[in-house]
Amino acid sequence: MLAFVLQRLYQAVLVMLAVGFIAFALFNFVGDPINGMVGVDTSLADRERLRQELGLNDSFVVQFARFIGHAIRGDFGLSYQEARPVSQIILEKLPATLELSSVAAGLALLLGVPMGIFTALYRRSWLSQLLLAVSLIGVSLPTFLIGILLILVFAVVLGWLPSFGRGSVVHFGWWSSGLVTLDGWRAIILPAVTLALFQTTLIMRLVRAEMIEVLRTDYIKFARARGLSSRAVNFGHALKNTLIPVITIAGLQLGSIIAFAIITETVFQWPGMGLMFIQAVGFVDIPVMAAYLVLVGFFFVVINFVVDLLYFVLDPRLSVGRERVGIG
Amino acid sequence: MAEAALRLRERSASPLRRIFDSDLWWSFKRSRVTVSATLVATAIIGGAVLAPWVAPHDPFDPGSLSLLDASNPPAWLDGGSWSYPLGTDNQGRDILSAILYGSRLSLMVGFSAVFLAMLLGVTLGLIAGWNGGLVEAIIMRVADVKLSFPAILIALLIDGLARGVLPRDAQSEIAPYVLIVAIALSFWVQYARTVRASTLVERDKEYILAARIIGVRPVKIVLGHLLPNVIGPVLVIATINLALAILTEATLSFLGVGLPPTQPSLGTLIRNGNDYLFSGDWWISIFPGMVLAALILSVNLLGDWLRDALNPKLR
Amino acid sequence: MAEPLLRVESLRVELPTRRGVLTALDDVSFTIAAGEVLGIVGESGAGKSVTGAAIIGLLEPPLRIAGGRISLAGRRIDNLPYNAMRAIRGKKIGAIFQDPLTSLNPLYTIGQQLVETIRTHLNLSAAAARDRALALLSEVGIAGADERIDHYPHQFSGGMRQRIVISLAIAANPQLIIADEPTTALDVSIQAQILALLRRLCRDHGTAVMLITHDIGVIAETAHRVAVMYSGRIVEIGAVRDIVANPRHPYTCGLMSSIPRIGGSRDRLRQVEGAMPRLDEFPPGCAFNPRCPETVERCRLERPHLLPTGTSAVACWLYDEALMQAEAVVDG
Repeated sequence: MLAFVLQRLYQAVLVMLAVGFIAFALFNFVGDPINGMVGVDTSLADRERLRQELGLNDSFVVQFARFIGHAIRGDFGLSYQEARPVSQIILEKLPATLELSSVAAGLALLLGVPMGIFTALYRRSWLSQLLLAVSLIGVSLPTFLIGILLILVFAVVLGWLPSFGRGSVVHFGWWSSGLVTLDGWRAIILPAVTLALFQTTLIMRLVRAEMIEVLRTDYIKFARARGLSSRAVNFGHALKNTLIPVITIAGLQLGSIIAFAIITETVFQWPGMGLMFIQAVGFVDIPVMAAYLVLVGFFFVVINFVVDLLYFVLDPRLSVGRERVGIG
Repeated sequence: MAEAALRLRERSASPLRRIFDSDLWWSFKRSRVTVSATLVATAIIGGAVLAPWVAPHDPFDPGSLSLLDASNPPAWLDGGSWSYPLGTDNQGRDILSAILYGSRLSLMVGFSAVFLAMLLGVTLGLIAGWNGGLVEAIIMRVADVKLSFPAILIALLIDGLARGVLPRDAQSEIAPYVLIVAIALSFWVQYARTVRASTLVERDKEYILAARIIGVRPVKIVLGHLLPNVIGPVLVIATINLALAILTEATLSFLGVGLPPTQPSLGTLIRNGNDYLFSGDWWISIFPGMVLAALILSVNLLGDWLRDALNPKLR
Repeated sequence: MAEPLLRVESLRVELPTRRGVLTALDDVSFTIAAGEVLGIVGESGAGKSVTGAAIIGLLEPPLRIAGGRISLAGRRIDNLPYNAMRAIRGKKIGAIFQDPLTSLNPLYTIGQQLVETIRTHLNLSAAAARDRALALLSEVGIAGADERIDHYPHQFSGGMRQRIVISLAIAANPQLIIADEPTTALDVSIQAQILALLRRLCRDHGTAVMLITHDIGVIAETAHRVAVMYSGRIVEIGAVRDIVANPRHPYTCGLMSSIPRIGGSRDRLRQVEGAMPRLDEFPPGCAFNPRCPETVERCRLERPHLLPTGTSAVACWLYDEALMQAEAVVDG
């Protein structure tokens, strides 16, 4: 068990270093950092002095090490666009994205898993066919289009829900939450549904495909041959065997919600990290881009790690001893 | 007696006849959904390809635009006219023509990106599977790392990078190519993995060993013998990827980091129209949106059918 | 004669495909008496497993029973609704399949799987069920059952796993067990042990067994009677000693002579030329006639049904001819 954890940890560190490297390369080689920070009429001598001060003339390795050192402490310098610390900007926007992503992830699981089970067990029912057809549309419609349509229907035509912003937000320390106000909930519904739709359909299809596979196995056949009840076969045996591989893939999928949030936040003008990133790309605000990259990379690595661990814990074939006793 | 005659006919029929008699065609014909999907896809693709000849107006010729005709609703509503069947945008551009030209760009980027991804992925997969060792390890590690990041992020990054590196005035020109490369780089992994797996299986088979013993050069073996055997699943992935590529391009354009307004794809059109949604000019973004959705949906359905039809387990 | 435990009469199983309706089993009839071991032998695709699946009610759609009857202890079971059939499965009819690795759920301990099966059919408390499970494990020869009962399937070797599968099948003491290729996936040395186990259990509990296999050696060792299947039909059926020593149907003859015998001649083994026809390519008349070395005109025209020859039965016109000729001699 320990060996497994250490190996995964080692891989995680490697990936983070790779991500950090890319972010660093972004930082240093795309455009001139000095140009982003000073005015046009700064003299060459002054620029050179600034360069020296900032340590931009040091060797590559030194600069990289310094970058990593700063990154670990969360210091990414100043944003070109807003001229204030990137870390500050991130802390402001992080809660918005995290809340949106969590609600969307919860929705996706709550809807996707049961629907997947249903469509696997009752393959020929009309409801299953309907759900499958709708799921196909969910996978085909671009997220932004869904967002626009939802805005059109619920905000413009019906006027029930707001079309942008977070609604009223309450601050707890550095965290700002929209989930404690009714207003906040009304504001989060449309974006969360938009974000969740793609994931829900994916999870539903995943659960369905996996469960159908499992229902075809020999041990299910044998369970039926032993006269076990349908409930025992479907939910006791089939479901457990289905959920374990599903958990790993679903976990990774949900991790990618953070990235898809970019789109949703843009459509709904949701003040989160995704919107921040898009604005940074448009402005070529390198420090912000780099910081986002490292943060998201870190997030993915953590999710990957947790999912791997989960798989290890849940599957007895991996965790329980592999001694084979007996000679037939 | 009849069965024998049937078999005889099958065997001596021309290749075209054999295609129509085959199981693939049978399952295609039987699925009404797939047939409709193909029709829709063909219509859109046909319209896109023939845009310069079929479009009623040229939406990108500033000279032909007239602000008097700006913001016209679709022809069947008050204020619309049949010379602009789907309405016009705020600058007088005909929506129908814009959609035709926009589909053209969306499809071009989509197909090119998938093709490039296939080229890259298949090549890397073949190399990894054939050579093994360090080369394989490196390629697969990169693939694994890349796989944990969603395509959209990768595409955004590359796009942003290019934006920072390339001179500003060339950006509009180069935008489609940057986009193609960005999308291709985010999709190659699936091909590489599948091809590598198939290569590993085929590599140890006797006909390959025989070829090597005879002394056929490795490149020839790989291209001539291995490739045809691993190409099947690649094609299925490609069809499904096409829908995803079109979707990704539309998303990037909508976000403002894809095709520029001077060469709008369907995504860019939707982005432009988004601003006017609230003022009631819904047609500027909804029609391109519908066409985009129809295109992606039909390609997805085709990919689904292809996957089921070629899957030996479901037969 | 007492009513046999299992009676199958003119069973017909069809497979609707897009090319038309194919026949997987055609006019299959046999009986199994209580405590008897009936072997079902034949090539892959002859319909052996389909017969077993039909009896226990686990035909995979689109396969379906299209005619005939199956009766257990005099009661008809082929037309029972799902829940009624479920009550029979495990309790009256048990089944074991070929691959012990995939027959057990890898995520549950064998104890959990045993207790679940026991409590489904017998009204026992958890503790009593566990005791019974331990007893079963000992009976099938798993040493150290107290400890091993909490292990997972992957922690056992192939032969042990098959023993566990057998223990699961007999957990509720069924009257009939359908064993579909129970030893095919095992080493030869283990095969012998498993077969011995099956024989002992049947003797001790009086359980009948329908032993499906393509290996005649297994049949010769374990079964009382044997039915030879070909293309979804039974072509010969009778006592094992009888059929093995004196096969009548040309196919059975071919099977027997293709087995290498110790002390036999050193020439090449005789093979039966050709292959079994595909389900959609049945020849008219007897299904075996294209490969048969001894056909007469009638073989190509009319399908033979089972004709009694002494204590066994053969589906072959040659034997009808012989009978008719014998009668002709007697008459005139």
